[in-house]
Amino acid sequence: MSKPPFQRFLDAHRDDVWRFLVASVGRDAADDCFQETFMSAMRAYPTTRIANPRAWVLTIAHRKALDHHRARARRPVPVGAVPDAPAPAPTAAAGGHGAADGVWARVAELPPKQRAALLLRFAGDLSHREVAHALGCSEEAARRSAHEGLKRLREELHA
Amino acid sequence: MTDRLAPPAFDPAEAAAAAARFAATAPADVTYALVDSPVGTLLAARTASGLACLSYSDHDGGVDAVLDRLAAKLSPRILEAPARLDAVRRELHEYFEHRRTSFDLPIDWSLASPFGRRVLQATAAIPFGEVSTYARVAAQAGNPKATRAAGNALGANPVPIVVPCHRVLHTGGKGVGRYTGGVHRKEALLRLEGVLLG
Repeated sequence: MSKPPFQRFLDAHRDDVWRFLVASVGRDAADDCFQETFMSAMRAYPTTRIANPRAWVLTIAHRKALDHHRARARRPVPVGAVPDAPAPAPTAAAGGHGAADGVWARVAELPPKQRAALLLRFAGDLSHREVAHALGCSEEAARRSAHEGLKRLREELHA
Repeated sequence: MTDRLAPPAFDPAEAAAAAARFAATAPADVTYALVDSPVGTLLAARTASGLACLSYSDHDGGVDAVLDRLAAKLSPRILEAPARLDAVRRELHEYFEHRRTSFDLPIDWSLASPFGRRVLQATAAIPFGEVSTYARVAAQAGNPKATRAAGNALGANPVPIVVPCHRVLHTGGKGVGRYTGGVHRKEALLRLEGVLLG
């Protein structure tokens, strides 16, 4: 059976992907990751059997976000001149997270597994089972990573 | 904080803008746009080869059904990208403004059968303001006996107006004949071209 037009797929999932990426890489980098996510999705779309379209495209977005974080880690942030002002606050360094999303800026600082599990579970609104599939781990491991991430956030907030 | 996190705030308008940027630039196999005209809203779709589909939005099951068929017959890599249909929109506008009598748009004939394509190419050669008959375009397509098949091919014309199937009429004065967008549109186009008066 043939697939529906890709435009319909884009319309159905753009909000979920955007929200996930804003939480994951910050608003400034979200657009690049968004374009790459749907580019990869459209390339694979005609020939891939897609049982769960939302989980599928969020898995792609998750990988694009990982690529983004890796590239950022490799590449020092260019600075035109040495600034006199003190270093920017951690939220700004995390890439454009607004003050209202302070908790998501903190998520961005968690260890990779916890960060990925929390992002996919709560910014992507996937089930633990879908998160496990996206991360290539067991459902139990996905659940544990999310649990540990939440615990750590709680400790930081009450510290 | 309990055992879950509230999803982050996001602006749906930003998501919509990002999606529009994607659709405008991504390498889709088919791009489409809705085009307003005096004979109603048209769905225009093109490939790299040219205009593949021009469909009256209230016919053929509506826009979604037509897009489903394009996905099945051409490719599911379909995006709405109005800027890529600018030439189609411009030439149609000029035609309806009486500033254009023939179209220069390249056509993608993928959606026509081999015989249908010959019928449509014979039809494309009928000049503005003139008319022909089903029998004559059947003969020009290489099969004088296939009047009914020619009628069917014209009824399935994937690019009406641009390939002017409205200029093909019944032989024996039984009215203007059928039309893919309804007879009232055929009459409107023939009036615009000065064939029908009033």
